[in-house]
Amino acid sequence: MLRVPTVLRYRGREGMLAWAFHRISGIGIFAFIVLHVIDIYLVGGNPELYDEVLEFYASLPGRVMEVVLGGALLYHALNGLRIIILDLWPSMTVFHRGMWWAMWAIFIVVGVPGALIIMRPVWLPFVQDLGLL
Amino acid sequence: MQLSPYSRARPKPVGSRRETVIWYMMRITGVMLFVLALAHFSIYHFIWDPAEQTAEFIITERWNQLFWRGYTWLMLMTVLFHGWLGMRTVVLDYFHRPRVRTGVLWFLYGLGIFLLIIGTQVIFQAPLPVEGASAQ
Repeated sequence: MLRVPTVLRYRGREGMLAWAFHRISGIGIFAFIVLHVIDIYLVGGNPELYDEVLEFYASLPGRVMEVVLGGALLYHALNGLRIIILDLWPSMTVFHRGMWWAMWAIFIVVGVPGALIIMRPVWLPFVQDLGLL
Repeated sequence: MQLSPYSRARPKPVGSRRETVIWYMMRITGVMLFVLALAHFSIYHFIWDPAEQTAEFIITERWNQLFWRGYTWLMLMTVLFHGWLGMRTVVLDYFHRPRVRTGVLWFLYGLGIFLLIIGTQVIFQAPLPVEGASAQ
């Protein structure tokens, strides 16, 4: 008997997708927090090593990872608020899909400028060379 | 509505006082983190750029004020609480054999306690900036 993964079989649509992203972003943030508390410990424990870690965070791959982290954080926070609204006002459940799309609108409006700011040292030289800024 | 017997998902738990308290605390700490963590991210990525944030910057510009040390510690407590109870939900969903589940949970709790100790230690023991000289 062919085993089809539940995620491909269960037609949960937005609600299931929301839960899946919430769990994935939560685990990702958790993993980051473990590394982050350790690297902040270096501020007092080994400042020279902290400065080296910061150089990686400020590099291109570091900045790309920061954008991914920011996206996970923003999604997890916004969907978390959506969950709390649904918990406090169960009558809003009929709007759960509307809230899902509104949440993505906020995600884009807040997230895209944020990503641009984080990546600025990468794209700014190109734009300046082209004479646009 | 059919729910997974393993999932600790959204409906408020009934019958278990501990699970009900955890349910409330996840939402309360979630709202706290919405403010604390998003402001933290904004300060360190949008107001200042990571390229200028050496250890000296942290000591002389941020942790010279007790407010920011206290803020960071409160955020540390809240995120360890929220994250660890969140991971508990995930572990309870995917690990079903009692000894494996207990082992994984205790490993995670041990990791959390370790982070609590080193986080608290650096926040309160990192040196204050020396007047008129570099903190190094």
